[in-house]
Amino acid sequence: MTNLIDVENLTVTFPTRQGEFEAVRQISFTLGQERLGIVGESGSGKSMTGRAILRLIRAPGRVTADKLHYKGRDLLKMSEREMQGVRGQEISMVMQDPKFSLNPVMTIADQIMEIYRFHTGASRKQAWAKAIEMLEAVSIRDPERVMRAYPHEMSGGMGQRIMIAMMLVTEPKILIADEPTSALDVSVQTQVLSIIDRLVRERGMGLIFISHDLNLVASFCDRVLIMYAGRIVEVCDADKLHEAKHPYTRGLLGSLPRLDAPQQRLEVLKRDPAWREAASVSGAS
Amino acid sequence: MAEIEKQGLRAWLMTDTPTSRRHARFAALYAGWLTLKANPMAMVGLAILILLLGMAAFAPLLSPHDPFEQNLIGRLQSMGAEGHILGTDSLGRDLLSRVIYGSRITLYIVALVALIAPIVGLLVGTVAGYTGGIVDAILMRITDIFLAFPRLVLALAFVAALGAGIENAVLAISLTAWPPYARIARAETLTIRNSDYIAAVKLQGAGAFRIITKHIWPLCISSLIVRVTLDMAGVILAAAGLGFLGLGAQPPSPEWGAMISEGRRFILDSWWVATIPGLAIFTVSLGFNLLGDGLRDVLDPKDGDSA
Amino acid sequence: MSDISVENLNVWFGDHEERVDAVKGASFDVPSGSSFGLVGESGSGKSTILRAIMGLVPTWSGGLKIGDLTLGHKRPKTFYKDVQMVFQDPYASLHPRHSVDQVLGETLFLHGFKDVDRRILQLLDDVGLGREFRFRYPHQLSGGQRQRVAIARALAPEPSVILLDEPTSALDVSVQAEVLNLLSDLRDEHKLTYLMVSHNLAVVAHMCDATAVMQNGEIVEVLSVEDMRAMNPSHPYTRNLLEGSFGYKPTAEQSA
Repeated sequence: MTNLIDVENLTVTFPTRQGEFEAVRQISFTLGQERLGIVGESGSGKSMTGRAILRLIRAPGRVTADKLHYKGRDLLKMSEREMQGVRGQEISMVMQDPKFSLNPVMTIADQIMEIYRFHTGASRKQAWAKAIEMLEAVSIRDPERVMRAYPHEMSGGMGQRIMIAMMLVTEPKILIADEPTSALDVSVQTQVLSIIDRLVRERGMGLIFISHDLNLVASFCDRVLIMYAGRIVEVCDADKLHEAKHPYTRGLLGSLPRLDAPQQRLEVLKRDPAWREAASVSGAS
Repeated sequence: MAEIEKQGLRAWLMTDTPTSRRHARFAALYAGWLTLKANPMAMVGLAILILLLGMAAFAPLLSPHDPFEQNLIGRLQSMGAEGHILGTDSLGRDLLSRVIYGSRITLYIVALVALIAPIVGLLVGTVAGYTGGIVDAILMRITDIFLAFPRLVLALAFVAALGAGIENAVLAISLTAWPPYARIARAETLTIRNSDYIAAVKLQGAGAFRIITKHIWPLCISSLIVRVTLDMAGVILAAAGLGFLGLGAQPPSPEWGAMISEGRRFILDSWWVATIPGLAIFTVSLGFNLLGDGLRDVLDPKDGDSA
Repeated sequence: MSDISVENLNVWFGDHEERVDAVKGASFDVPSGSSFGLVGESGSGKSTILRAIMGLVPTWSGGLKIGDLTLGHKRPKTFYKDVQMVFQDPYASLHPRHSVDQVLGETLFLHGFKDVDRRILQLLDDVGLGREFRFRYPHQLSGGQRQRVAIARALAPEPSVILLDEPTSALDVSVQAEVLNLLSDLRDEHKLTYLMVSHNLAVVAHMCDATAVMQNGEIVEVLSVEDMRAMNPSHPYTRNLLEGSFGYKPTAEQSA
């Protein structure tokens, strides 16, 4: 399998008053045509990893890596202009809350068509047809009506589906989804995930799925990286996540209340300072 | 030895684990100071204002001449003339001395307006915003009426009614300056009012008075302070404008606006007479503006140092 | 005795054409000393019920009773000594400029306690925060620590009933476990009655004896924990929620 993304020793640093803070510390992994989950708690560096790939870390934050390749091309060496061609066209990103990602004063049609025309230079008519097709692909029933609507007229689940349609209209090779369903209710979450799932399978895309929800990642992805304090502490197949070995992963799983197994008390995660220092596990497949 | 002590003090101030109320307050102040210090433009503004303060405090020591001493023979001497670095005005008074003494009047005006206008605005705005309903409607319509008049025109009307003079000028400027503060305070109050931490203190049985004074004011004050420093430039100019029109400080007091007004008659032949006080106004206004911009970064709780 | 009784509760916002009915005819009882859950998706009206009980929403009708006290539209001051609430987002429920000491001190003062200093230390102990946290500001605390402060604030007046509005949904799972354990311990120590709102059924099953399931402002079902664990709901909506809480099932593609 050829790797879509190949990362070696990726580090994201932010200067603070107390000195340099490394949000991501020397992690390595690869992404093929698969669904790769990244789980961890807040502050573990999982979102920073997703952003670093698209070079969306703003100054004074810094991204360094021995290798940050997309299909063999070095993302770190690209000019900002070349990067704009990659973002959205080759690699797309869906964020947590659609409310903050959609422009409130533009219709849905304008926003989807603008992205498509920017990357392909298609005519308005072609863009319109393409946008309708994408909205249908994310299971929106009445795409003509939705196209003319403004974001605030949409519910959370609709908004997130529109975001996905917008991100996929250019047919990218990779989708980075950062907590795409945590603002959504359970029933809507299932719909949105099944749409992502189907699109990834049908189009042979690579998916990086960033989440704090272990059950969700275990049931949705193929492979999982578990991050702690900026490092990857464990890599495992998603269906074997519940047999994970690292005490941190075990602790996280144990701290979840379970419907099928009542407990008197929940396990409390005891953090071992050694986890922080241990070298990052490679996430290459 | 002193170095170690200094390190100790710094660590004490930088701590994340304060040990007493006083300690916590100092640590918070120090963190704010560090943020401000990191902004060079704000430091320039602060330096200008400290210079202004020093100038006003030590005016008798700094000024080479009595600012009121006339010398009709040596009138309108140009800059660099012997004994008069910045020249003299139409009555032969030393311009440098007058500018130095004028800083006292400027500071006096600024301090009074900075006390009156924001406090009135804070009171009106928070009460209107928190109470809502009919009280809000009445208070805000009054605010709108004041806002509807051009500032200088309203001040002119007040001064005309109350009589010319520096105190009345201050009063007039304050009366025209409070409405924007009321609007800001009200807008802030409206968002704060619905927050969970206000709901939480209501659930402890706290009344409106306590909620407004102890919970809403501390959050409004920071944005008002920023606004005050940004407004001070305008206040100085308004005071100067009233002085220029002869409705503010009265001759022979060396108020900067009044000095420009006097110098205007000779602007073609003796440009420095109007220009020097103009530059003084410009510099001080700039100082307040720069400091205000810097303070905004420090005091805005939305940015916070939570990251 | 401080059982909670809610009967035919209606809550609405706005007037006339703009009126939105947030809660429609909700009824349930929480026996003293037990814990009761309210589950449902966002906008189902579950938090609104808590706010109506606390007197934070003025527009409601129906019967609300805590113990022997029938609630009218004005809450007596003694009510807040007996009933307290913990909010969902610990980042929004603490005043950004008030230290832990100020938050707890003011609460104790408002309830007329004299030995404020001793009680602040006691409360910090109760919620498992060290004394070194006393003078910190919210921005110096983690999410879990903030929520502990909010719980300490709710405990301060020594209430017998605490309403919990999604107390852990803004926290990481490991922190959630700590906070849930703390809440269980406090319930045992202080003989508390909990009314807990959550969208997470596993959390409710862990904490509560029974739960009401809400959809669009109505209670569709009241379910015991045993039935919940046995996946034995009587309403299809509840089944939907229960199944959704086990993660993603590829067969579930019935997109609407």
